Amino acid sequence: MLRIQNLKARIGEKEILHGLDLTVNAGEVHAIMGPNGSGKSTLASVLAGRENVEVTAGSVTYLGQDLLALAPEKRAAAGLFLGFQYPVEIPGVANLYFLRTALNAMRRARGEEEVDAMDFLAIAKEKLKLVKWDQSFVQRGVNEGFSGGEKKKNEILQMAVLEPKLSILDEIDSGLDIDALRVVADGVNALRAPDRAFLLVTHYQRLLDYVKPDRVHVMAAGKIVKSGGPELALELEKTGYAGWVPERHGAGARP
Amino acid sequence: MSQDALRELTEQKYKYGFVTDVEADQAPPGLNEEIIRLISRKKGEPQFLLDWRLKAYKHWLTMEEPRWAYVHYRPIDYQSIVYYSAPRPKKQLGSIDEVDPELRKAFEKLGIPLAEQQRISNVAVDAVFDSVSVATTYKAKLAEKGVIFGSFSEAVQHHPELIERFLGSVVPAGDNFFAALNSAVFSDGSFAYIPKGVRCPMELSTYFRINAENTGQFERTLIVADEGSHVSYLEGCTAPMRDENQLHAAVVELVALPGAEIKYSTVQNWYPGDAEGRGGIFNFVTKRAKAMERAKVSWTQVETGSAITWKYPSCILQGDDSVGEFYSVALANNRQQADTGTKMIHVGKRTRSTIVSKGISAGHGQNAYRGLVRIGKNATGARNYSQCDSLLIGDQCGAHTFPYIEVKNPTAKVEHEATTSRIAEDQLFYCRQRGLSQEDAVSMIVNGFARQVLKELPMEFAVEAQKLLGMSLEGSVG
Repeated sequence: MLRIQNLKARIGEKEILHGLDLTVNAGEVHAIMGPNGSGKSTLASVLAGRENVEVTAGSVTYLGQDLLALAPEKRAAAGLFLGFQYPVEIPGVANLYFLRTALNAMRRARGEEEVDAMDFLAIAKEKLKLVKWDQSFVQRGVNEGFSGGEKKKNEILQMAVLEPKLSILDEIDSGLDIDALRVVADGVNALRAPDRAFLLVTHYQRLLDYVKPDRVHVMAAGKIVKSGGPELALELEKTGYAGWVPERHGAGARP
Repeated sequence: MSQDALRELTEQKYKYGFVTDVEADQAPPGLNEEIIRLISRKKGEPQFLLDWRLKAYKHWLTMEEPRWAYVHYRPIDYQSIVYYSAPRPKKQLGSIDEVDPELRKAFEKLGIPLAEQQRISNVAVDAVFDSVSVATTYKAKLAEKGVIFGSFSEAVQHHPELIERFLGSVVPAGDNFFAALNSAVFSDGSFAYIPKGVRCPMELSTYFRINAENTGQFERTLIVADEGSHVSYLEGCTAPMRDENQLHAAVVELVALPGAEIKYSTVQNWYPGDAEGRGGIFNFVTKRAKAMERAKVSWTQVETGSAITWKYPSCILQGDDSVGEFYSVALANNRQQADTGTKMIHVGKRTRSTIVSKGISAGHGQNAYRGLVRIGKNATGARNYSQCDSLLIGDQCGAHTFPYIEVKNPTAKVEHEATTSRIAEDQLFYCRQRGLSQEDAVSMIVNGFARQVLKELPMEFAVEAQKLLGMSLEGSVG
């Protein structure tokens, strides 16, 4: 589904990704772990098409297409979803309206028929159960006045409605209490399917207690330095990142 | 991009820029007593009205154009303007079906069919073309309830007593430079009277269209809501695209007698000029309401058009317990300039006012909110709440806020809140990640910003206003 080869990227003058390789197949859940500053969020940004990140080398193939050639909205329509680490507020735009507009924009782009307001309400009602919300949440402005946990749940709700093929969740677990973490994990598990894949970017093993990954990767200094099965996450939990992170040599280091 | 393609793109944004070919009855350019007498004669006006015009003209000659607004333009040559232009009627109209087909076509193109059976909505329309009312729909149905609605000229003929009593009672002939000019030369406009205790059975609406070249548009609207009555009034406007600026100096007077309620909504979409600031309408308008005891007046405006907007719909809260509201969205894109706001003059006891102003600036647009809240010394227990928010798109535009607060009664409560924000890259990226195009994302963010005001508009108008906001911002990002 996703094949990243020798990906190099920079923000401004600073190179963050130094030749990253990763392959994710349909039906798989991959976890990318690593310390702060290892380039995890930058990777998520590159995949979603954020313009402040400049790709300098390498390639990304997604469902047979050159992902890097697509505008962000085209990537979204092709089923790529990014769950944001810090979801933004859009005051005055009702959550429900935002979601329907998003869904219909994607459907239009794919040449599918748009969903009318009544049908959409039925879809939304169903998906709301997943995050254990009542309807009052979807009438509020997008993330307007939401707590950190509510914002993350809203990302899961959006993912559930949009039904993406590849979901990249950037530190979806940070700042969540245990109940919220469960809701988020249930949301991910409910969507697992043979034709879908997940890329979980996280600091901690905690989320992986609830969402069992197929593959775990350790990222450090802009590269994947180790890959393994779920047991790798447990190992990291014990030993910390110290053993995996190379000395701060070369790129990114101070002179 | 080639010049042609660029032109096509900029012109696409303004859909109403066409010109209609109708024979016009025009006065020569220039302003003098003779022109004023000519206008009055053409309209067959009673003596009191001619005297009123001439008095206004003499006063205007002594006045100077205001310079305090945060707008910049080259001086207007008042002698090069045509002050009277009317589509020449082929014959006296017996009914709406006899309106000149060219005019009917023009209004149909604007989405305002004049034939009643074609209208799906419950809205009576007075269509004003180059300062002259050409048709009013649903007159008969309104008359059943005693509601008078139609052109100002007709009202002068059929209800001179109402005109004489209320004309200038809220905006006196010599009120300000542009109001005085209007008082001298106004050619038509709309008039509405809602009798005591009547709830107007449908929305009343006037659609203003400028067509002729080099003409000024000076219409006058007077709405009188008698005791305990209720009316909702809508106003829309468009103009052809021309390279020169055209002056629009209208006056709107609202009279809300005790216990009456007037809701006045405007979607202003005059031609804004091109991206370089060539052409466009100078929209210098005086709008004011007087509210008597327990009366309520609500102004809602969505201002997307005009090269320059100079406009402060105001409320004189004369009677005790009267209420004034002002909800505004003003958008300035490209080289547009807007200096707009309101005045809330609290005279009566326990008078209340609310001001919600949303300014959107994009391109090189300059947007100023200017508002006065005055609490008089007898206005015991008066309250005001003002909220002024500005949204910036890009880094070449400007937002300015000039609040004036004068309080002469110690029991008054006045609150003022103001915010300025910018459409952040983060917001745009978030929307695009959810499949929205850049333009749709901007439109959605802006509409969210303006929602508090848009929800005050009647349903159909709100939908149109939303689309207009999106359209007016096309190409403003990226």
